[in-house]
Amino acid sequence: MSAAAPITAPRRRIPAAVQIGIALVLFWATLAAFGPYLAPYSAGYVVNAGPFAPMSTAYPLGTDYLGRDMLSRILHGARYTVGVALLATVLACLAGTTLGLLAAVRRGWIDALISRAADALISIPHLMFALVVVAAFGTSLPVLVLMAAVSYVPGSFRISRALALDINAMDFIQVARARGEGTAYILREEILPNMLFPVMTDLGLRFVFVVLLLSGLSFLGLGIQPPNADWGALVRENIVGIYEAAPAVVVPAVAIAILTIGITLLIDGLSGSNHEIVR
Amino acid sequence: MLMLGMILRRVCGGLLTLLVVSVVVFVGASILPGDATEAILGQSASPEAVAGLRQALGLDLPAPERYLRWLAGLLTGDPGISLINRMPIGQLIGPRLTNSLFLAALTAAVAVPLALLLGVTSAIWRGTAYDRVTNITAVSLVSVPEFLLATIGVILFAVQLRWASAMATPVVDSLGGALRTLALPVLTLSFGIMAQMVRMTRAALLGVLDSSYIEMARLKGVRPARLVLRHALPNAAGPIANAVALNLSSLLGGVIIVEVIFSYPGLAKLAVDAVETRDMPLVQACAMIFCAAFMILVLAADLCSILSNPRLRVR
Repeated sequence: MSAAAPITAPRRRIPAAVQIGIALVLFWATLAAFGPYLAPYSAGYVVNAGPFAPMSTAYPLGTDYLGRDMLSRILHGARYTVGVALLATVLACLAGTTLGLLAAVRRGWIDALISRAADALISIPHLMFALVVVAAFGTSLPVLVLMAAVSYVPGSFRISRALALDINAMDFIQVARARGEGTAYILREEILPNMLFPVMTDLGLRFVFVVLLLSGLSFLGLGIQPPNADWGALVRENIVGIYEAAPAVVVPAVAIAILTIGITLLIDGLSGSNHEIVR
Repeated sequence: MLMLGMILRRVCGGLLTLLVVSVVVFVGASILPGDATEAILGQSASPEAVAGLRQALGLDLPAPERYLRWLAGLLTGDPGISLINRMPIGQLIGPRLTNSLFLAALTAAVAVPLALLLGVTSAIWRGTAYDRVTNITAVSLVSVPEFLLATIGVILFAVQLRWASAMATPVVDSLGGALRTLALPVLTLSFGIMAQMVRMTRAALLGVLDSSYIEMARLKGVRPARLVLRHALPNAAGPIANAVALNLSSLLGGVIIVEVIFSYPGLAKLAVDAVETRDMPLVQACAMIFCAAFMILVLAADLCSILSNPRLRVR
């Protein structure tokens, strides 16, 4: 944690990195929500420009290996990349925070059990975990969402548990106990509000890792399957275009990078730059 | 004694976690109906053939016994037989593992010194433009997918400039040849792990630089570079070594993507191919090796922070 700021700290200008981050996040959120309606063509429509066309005014991002408009492919894929990852992240953080609170408040064997399980799960590299799950259960959308969520629960659990333990030891909790408040009240009114900000920044970072995990999996051909395509799958299906330096290979990867860099910059600026980023 | 006890406890904890991981991997991979026999013989096989093969593979045994046999096999270096090409998995994995370790060692040799250099210099020049550019670059690189770095690298250096090859092989005949075939994968992997190391090195150093003995040295007129290198660095060595070991573990994810992009014949490529053919015993064995490697690096990180803590070094 950073050093405590004075309570009457003067309002400072929002740092440029945070501004850029906010702009990028809003931009991608809009694309994910309205992308398919903004797209000039449907996802499967083959335009009249041939495969791997360069960028032009008619096709701003060129065409893919089948001659489909890349801009439309990206806009349609936004929903998969942003939406699926967001769903998985929210699930992971909900489960992680709940378990973390439970472990911190109850302690004892419940805490020991959940902590050991989290230790075991966290020592499987995320992409390796994904490979095992996909090999066993296939690549349907629910499997992918659950896999990503389960994979990132332990990290979220550890952070919320540590936060809740810290807060639980503070004086105002003692005061609430002495007032005769129940555990549910203390959790809801005293502990949760105080850990909301770090949990939210953690959610943001986790979202970045989930995006990278899922697009990496799609890039390996083991994520979202055709005819649907997220941006990782778009890189994979156009990979032969690499020898013509076609924009179709680079554009989806750059789209992912802009999304993830935007969020990381935002969170880095919000939470001070000396914190660790732990996958 | 205190330190030895702590180290022993960490090692035992690591082994215990690895055991739990092996249960997860085993259960996850064998929970589904329809077992290996179906994968080998197809769905139209006669019941007798299926029963015979089940017996030959030991699949008719109860699950706990199968788990124990599998675990014993893993520990004695015999993780079973591949479902697809019927080779002993040990033979398949051996050369692939060597290749992957070679790639990982090269990456560490490039990334670690470079990351330390960048981290230390940006701590020395804290708050300058150099520091800020290094930090923003590092933050950005953390969140860039490996396949973006790899594809840009291939387009620039293999397709446009023709300096490097888009395929990587572990065969090294000359320095020039090694540079051509290995530079791109090693650099892609290095970028991914360096970013974190630079940030954590800088943070560890800054933590020490804020302490009062450094303030004292500064008041005595010690020059910034000497202040950092002679006074602060020895005390930050533990956390830095810890950061290096921890971040080397993120190599395990990156190596999967990089080996596939550059068709490098390593363990990760083998694992991905095994997933595509649903060769579960091979997937399980690869997964366990990855988890063990991860555990070793995390343990090493732990040991670094224990060993560098002088309060634990008494007696």
